[in-house]
Amino acid sequence: MHEIVRIIADVLGLLQLADISHFLVPHVGVGGGVEAREHVDIVPLIKWTLIFLAGIGAVFGVGLAFAAKRFAVKIDPRVEQVKDCLAHAHCGACGYAGCEQYAEAVVNNPDVAPNLCIPAGSKAAEAVALITGKKAVVMEPLFSRIMCQGGWSKSTKRFTYEGVQDCRAAVLAGGGDKSCVFGCLGYGTCARACPFDALHMGNDHLPVVDMAKCTGCRKCEVACPKKVIEVLPGSKAVVVACHSKDKGGDVRKNCQVGCIACGKCVKVCPFDAPKIENNLSKIDLARCRVCGLCVGACPTKAIVDFIPARPKAVVTDKCIGCQICTKVCPVNAASGEPKKMHAVDTSICIGCGICTAKCPVQAIEGTFNTAEVLAAAAARKQQKTAPAA
Amino acid sequence: MESEFTKIFELIISASLINNFVFTRFLGLCIFFGVSKKMETSVGMSITFTAVMMVSAALSWFIFNYVMVPLDITFLKIIVFIGVIAGLVQASDTIMRKVVPGLYYKLGIYLALISTNCIILAVPLINAGEHYSFIQSLAFGLGSGLGFALALIIMASIRERLELADVPVPFRGLPMAFVVTGLIALAFTGFSGLITL
Repeated sequence: MHEIVRIIADVLGLLQLADISHFLVPHVGVGGGVEAREHVDIVPLIKWTLIFLAGIGAVFGVGLAFAAKRFAVKIDPRVEQVKDCLAHAHCGACGYAGCEQYAEAVVNNPDVAPNLCIPAGSKAAEAVALITGKKAVVMEPLFSRIMCQGGWSKSTKRFTYEGVQDCRAAVLAGGGDKSCVFGCLGYGTCARACPFDALHMGNDHLPVVDMAKCTGCRKCEVACPKKVIEVLPGSKAVVVACHSKDKGGDVRKNCQVGCIACGKCVKVCPFDAPKIENNLSKIDLARCRVCGLCVGACPTKAIVDFIPARPKAVVTDKCIGCQICTKVCPVNAASGEPKKMHAVDTSICIGCGICTAKCPVQAIEGTFNTAEVLAAAAARKQQKTAPAA
Repeated sequence: MESEFTKIFELIISASLINNFVFTRFLGLCIFFGVSKKMETSVGMSITFTAVMMVSAALSWFIFNYVMVPLDITFLKIIVFIGVIAGLVQASDTIMRKVVPGLYYKLGIYLALISTNCIILAVPLINAGEHYSFIQSLAFGLGSGLGFALALIIMASIRERLELADVPVPFRGLPMAFVVTGLIALAFTGFSGLITL
């Protein structure tokens, strides 16, 4: 400290020796503006400048340090950690205002589940559960489903709408220009509302969901003035993509792909999942096993199967020849003699997965639900052996 | 006394309308365009802005007149005012977080944006340049804050409507906002000559 003072004193002394304080300084430019003057005392100027700047720096430094200590807010370090795991989209899917609020709630409140951040996915849920010491229950992914297939080429319009290209504005004009009052208007409000860039307007003025990006945050569901979008669990991939409660004849007049409530899906379903209510078929998600039989039966193709390609069933050599599969198969693709290995005709099989689920020895594989069925069987086996041991 | 009062009133009117920082001096455009997208954020920003402006005007007035003028180092005012304002904003950020957390969550994000804003710096600089008294400095800070709030709220309400308007593609977004700002600035020239000091 002493040395620094001495050095400064030396420098000042040198300046005084050089007698620069009596140099004429140019007329303009010293300080500029109102402070311009002919003569400046360099030495006191530099001295006071240094003292003043050091002083003001010290005052503010001490003041801020004091404020930081005195007004310190205790932040749980876990809140920061949790925040880093979240998706930072501030989408509100968790039910809190933003990611910070959810992070705070999940750390401080033991009743808040760690898996509410749907966009961040199951890995984040595990991480948050680890940080907060809670049990992670992986949430099934949710996806937006567009419950209308009536694009502009497949449906009729009541009038020509030339207003603002936004569904919410179009609805104000007599409920929209479509003949069907329940259908998608196709002006892209949902695509603009999506914070993840997962919704795009397709060729026929219908929104297309990008499953790789969709997080099920429900922003589009809220934005849609016609309530065409539903957010459903990803595994329930067979839905009636129509919301029209019009009578069958009217639906047919307005749209080529609307549900006319014919009841064919109700008859064909082995699990009693579809029900006709208010001239509309609705699939009970709790009962639906996603076999896809109704998709082929629907005469207007109003039922959509979101499983892209259904793999066919294959009988493995675990088969004991019980013939159960031949009885449950809705399209008679499975055949075989008793006590001999059965076979599934792949040209007839529609990949519904019913036989996979019904086979007593899990000898049928290859369908979309194989993994699920095998896991369930393994769990049952473990439960049986556990009490015995 | 009465003339002092009229002078203060004139200062407020002049700073908020006639010499509006955004529309006639074209300062603070960064925050102006950034925050004026939504009414809610622009109101929050206006409140924070006015408060910080008044406090910083008061503090920098004391430092300027009681320290810098006697020491004859007024040429340092730009750098000192920047430091003073940044320190002040940082301190109020810390204190607000502890004392009124609700207000902090509402306005805290704007505070960080404000700390090195040019309007906030311009107010103490103009106060110093014009040799305003303490009360006049406060009045000038208040007037400038109100003027900025007015500009933000006008712009936010226009831009909320613009979202739905059928704007030609090259003009969408910021270009349209600049055009609108120019038109409002044109309208604000109507205030010139309202007061002759």
